[in-house]
Amino acid sequence: MLVTGVARQLGGRFVRRVQRDPGVERVIGVDAVPPPHRLGTAEFVRADIRQPAIGRVLAEYEVDTVVHLDVTGTPLGSGGRTAVKETNVIGTMQLLGACQKSPTVSRLVVKSSTNVYGSAPRDPAVFLETTPAKALPSGGFAKDAVEVEGYVRGFARRRPDVAVCVLRFANILGPAADSPLAEYLSLPVLPTVFGYDPRLQFVHEDDVVEVLRIASHEPRRGTLNSGTFNVAGDGVLTLSQCSRRLGRPTVAVPMPAVTWIGTALRTVGVTDFSPEQIRLLMHGRVVSTAQMRETLGFEPKYTTVETFADFARSRGPGLLPPEAVAGVVDRIAARQLPLPGGGSRAKTTPSAG
Amino acid sequence: MADAKVIPFDDDRPRSGAATPRPARRRSLPGGGRRRNGEGAVSPLPGAQAASGEPQGAAGPREAAGPRDVGEPPAPDVPSGAEARADAAGGGDWERRIAGGLAFLRRRLTGEYEVDEFGYDEELTDQVLMSLLRPLYEKYFRVEVKGIENIPSEGGALVVANHSGVLPLDGLMMQVAVHDNHPAGRHLRLLAADLVFMLPVVNELARKAGHTLACAEDAERLLQRGEVVGVMPEGFKGIGKPFGERYKLQRFGRGGFVSTALRAGAPIVPCSIVGAEEIYPMIGNVKTLARVLGIPYFPVTPTFPWLGPLGALPLPTKWTIQFGEPIPTDGFPLEAAEDPMLMFNLTDQVREQIQHTLYKLLVQRRSVFF
Repeated sequence: MLVTGVARQLGGRFVRRVQRDPGVERVIGVDAVPPPHRLGTAEFVRADIRQPAIGRVLAEYEVDTVVHLDVTGTPLGSGGRTAVKETNVIGTMQLLGACQKSPTVSRLVVKSSTNVYGSAPRDPAVFLETTPAKALPSGGFAKDAVEVEGYVRGFARRRPDVAVCVLRFANILGPAADSPLAEYLSLPVLPTVFGYDPRLQFVHEDDVVEVLRIASHEPRRGTLNSGTFNVAGDGVLTLSQCSRRLGRPTVAVPMPAVTWIGTALRTVGVTDFSPEQIRLLMHGRVVSTAQMRETLGFEPKYTTVETFADFARSRGPGLLPPEAVAGVVDRIAARQLPLPGGGSRAKTTPSAG
Repeated sequence: MADAKVIPFDDDRPRSGAATPRPARRRSLPGGGRRRNGEGAVSPLPGAQAASGEPQGAAGPREAAGPRDVGEPPAPDVPSGAEARADAAGGGDWERRIAGGLAFLRRRLTGEYEVDEFGYDEELTDQVLMSLLRPLYEKYFRVEVKGIENIPSEGGALVVANHSGVLPLDGLMMQVAVHDNHPAGRHLRLLAADLVFMLPVVNELARKAGHTLACAEDAERLLQRGEVVGVMPEGFKGIGKPFGERYKLQRFGRGGFVSTALRAGAPIVPCSIVGAEEIYPMIGNVKTLARVLGIPYFPVTPTFPWLGPLGALPLPTKWTIQFGEPIPTDGFPLEAAEDPMLMFNLTDQVREQIQHTLYKLLVQRRSVFF
């Protein structure tokens, strides 16, 4: 099994987990830079997937399963957006070209993102795998993901004998996640677009590793693990809920000014505030996970709310911890209502429960 | 119509205040209404809460005795209505309301509430948004609701209504009508034009009130979840038609709503709304300005651009909302949704039924304003 992008947290975790699985003889991790974390018994091969050398790695180790995780929105260490785009697009092309030549490869798993759907006011509320995007992403990571999926579809056409699984992950969160949205949610004050409260969905890192495992092995009885699947935790959180649960205040910025602030933040290097992310923060995105459950046979351990709670715990309290806010309200309640007897008869306040 | 008496607690009669829970919720409005809290909002809010506590409590009984607090969704504790009234007289009631309000405020401020995948925030809708619309519904337009029992108590249903009035107030009033009157406490999920979801603030409120984009995917998903979905197939043609064409139904889009209902097997409930046509008598349409602003029409009414914001006040017409006999769609074979002829026929049937009811209601109407 060959795994790309192992220098990232997610790749490292997946490699450490999958090598314990029965049936996995050998795991080869590939990345352009050596990983800062351990990879267990896996072999690390330093190779840039943008170079044709990756083909030799495939042939040398007689790889049968390729897990392509090097499709990301954030640069690793230094390197700007151009490097990320090259790794995403050119890297995928090279890797797929190498896979096409390799006679041993029989399974390909590609990490994609629900970004491919874009975010627009004219979109349906819930995206299915088959929903076409109303407005194709014009740039940034979303466009990379769309192009990557295009190449993967082409590959699947040319090599029908290879089982291809594309996993479209919702925003990945967790204690160690390094997605653009995680960066955004770690800002002390969250800039939001005035008059918009997007619906967001999250998927936990643990679930990501788990679903990658399911996709990279033989399918279990009654399930099918080739095709395209949305992967997200159950439920939905709005951005306002997120900010309150994190205890991070929001600053509503009217639409045109958001772009300037985004540029300013990017220049300072705080976070990548791309146009597509601004669109996400306006219109939000929710995907259907019915295919993931029924066809892929995967049940996420964490719901969107639980994923977010885990993320919030790892990030520590913000400027306005929800507990403190609740405490203030409770103190007022105590002052207003000296006798708690009201509670015993409080049938009229079903909302209190 | 005679069917009004089928309803266990009807809208006009038992005004005396069968359900006091409503005021308890309404009470939370001044504090809870401001959802978009920044960091600064927290300290002033409780202050306002504390300050307004006393007068609100005093105002409480009046509200409780006020009109229609009837069709409160949970509705199981009808006996508690009397009990609560006794309490209101005793004075212990407003404390509970404050407690309820503070609990609500606490949940809102800490984000411990739930929204569904369409962004529908049931708690906010019930306790804040509906309370904001209710004065308009009860006092201003004095909406009279007929045939609410035609909306099934469970399972999906598609309510198809006529659309009029320049601003989509008719949809909102229909939502309040179902929310406040239906014995099973059903929530109407409206399908709205994409313009709604482009406008800031409006899109946020619309999503939270349970509206979603008028597209087949969303409608079908809602119907399959067993929701009551409201749609106004005339769209902008209906809402932006000139005053001279009032109560003349426009073309019903392409009839997509029928095939959606058919695929979901949900009955179609035709709904006729009388009164909304006259709230803004549109005598002209500045098309150039509308194009510049990117909106489908720019209305000119006897008052609108001339009196400025004051001209945007709707006329206080008297409304009637009549839900008609449901048209079942589950008897058709699966491929029927693909049959254009059948779709046209069903669309016409729905359209005719709404149009006839409109004429009937217009004949019964004494005057536009009373």
